[in-house]
Amino acid sequence: MSKVYKSFVEAVSDIEDGNTLIVGGFGLSGIPEKSIEALREQGTKELTVVSNNCGVDDGGLGILLANKQIKKMISSYVGENKIFEQQYLSGELEVELTPQGTLAERIRAGGAGIPGFYTATGVGTPIAEGKETKDFNGKTYLLEEGIVGDFALVKAWKADTLGNLVYRKTARNFNPLAAMAGKITIAEVEEIVEAGELDPNEIHTPGIYVQRVLQGTNYEKRIERLTVAKA
Amino acid sequence: MSNMRTLIVKRAVKEIEDGMNVNLGIGMPTLVANEIPSDFNVLLQSENGLLGIGPFPVEGEEDPDLINAGKETITTVPGASFFDSAESFAMIRGGHIDLAILGAMEVAENGDLANWMIPGKMVKGMGGAMDLVTGAKSVVIIMEHVNKYGESKVKKTCSLPITGQGVVSRLITDLAVFDFTETGMELIETMPGVSIEEVKSKTEASFTVAPHLIEASK
Repeated sequence: MSKVYKSFVEAVSDIEDGNTLIVGGFGLSGIPEKSIEALREQGTKELTVVSNNCGVDDGGLGILLANKQIKKMISSYVGENKIFEQQYLSGELEVELTPQGTLAERIRAGGAGIPGFYTATGVGTPIAEGKETKDFNGKTYLLEEGIVGDFALVKAWKADTLGNLVYRKTARNFNPLAAMAGKITIAEVEEIVEAGELDPNEIHTPGIYVQRVLQGTNYEKRIERLTVAKA
Repeated sequence: MSNMRTLIVKRAVKEIEDGMNVNLGIGMPTLVANEIPSDFNVLLQSENGLLGIGPFPVEGEEDPDLINAGKETITTVPGASFFDSAESFAMIRGGHIDLAILGAMEVAENGDLANWMIPGKMVKGMGGAMDLVTGAKSVVIIMEHVNKYGESKVKKTCSLPITGQGVVSRLITDLAVFDFTETGMELIETMPGVSIEEVKSKTEASFTVAPHLIEASK
């Protein structure tokens, strides 16, 4: 059975109300634009979304928020989004803030079959509340739990027909981790080549983690903060 | 850049030694990059997956796939490497980053740091700050000494929710430089023209004065 899908509508069609999604990207860089758009069209609701950020008001995951499809966000930084603020303050949106490194490791651990791990990050801070601690060599660590998603939505640069993925520059970010942690991982890319055309030495995500792969077109790749050198 | 910020940034860059791997926080810490001596081999880390941040791109050469942790377009230096977010924080949490220079809202005399939220206002999230302050070998905080109401930001205890417990190695403000040791907070430098009395009057925290206190050069 081929992993290559032609239609984003079809690729996201079995994502159901109440599912947990792990979504790659950092800010608006390396986000699965086309899968997010298809999900908005589909209107799936009550989603728990695990992603470092939640897009902006009219871009990235922000379009699912605006359409009231997200019930809960697990993120490290959500400061770019006014709709997020409104929904959070009105109690419509549940938020679990997680330190960025802990979030990355929770996703990696989930994908690697590790249910929990200890980290010193957050000890003595509000995020430690209610969490088990353990001392190792005289230092206190927090128990953090791995995360597995019903689906993962990732964006890569290139894929082959077996779902092997290559990312580009800092658009890699959370994508390889998300790819590992989805029971079904949907990878969208800018180019799909035949198996054998990617150098095995340079593959970032082996295709074993990827169930569906699609080629997107007309990527917006919006820049959040354009900064250039002074002439 | 205001004189106050220039002063702080110029002092902060002295913390960077040749050969270091350094993470600079968003805001004022980012400005430290411009002051690093050009003959130093220093690699700047960006939490989103880059070791070896270069200058901002020239107009027209910006790349949406190449940003820093502040989501600004950047370039890379020769010898740079890209990696995923788990690897990035393995570097941070694993003690492979020599120095983190970060901003703050409050620092307490026991080295506690608050820089991620103000209760009652919108909570934006801690991003990578909690991991950085826990994992970097040395954490240097740069901030203005008092807030806009003239109140000391160098406190006996943090009034805001903390980012990390006892994590600050050194604090650089527009008035002074302090170290945090086993025995408490120690004033090691005063900024040009600032007296010990002025530092004392504008600091809520208790501190001792180092025997070899120096006045920073202009």
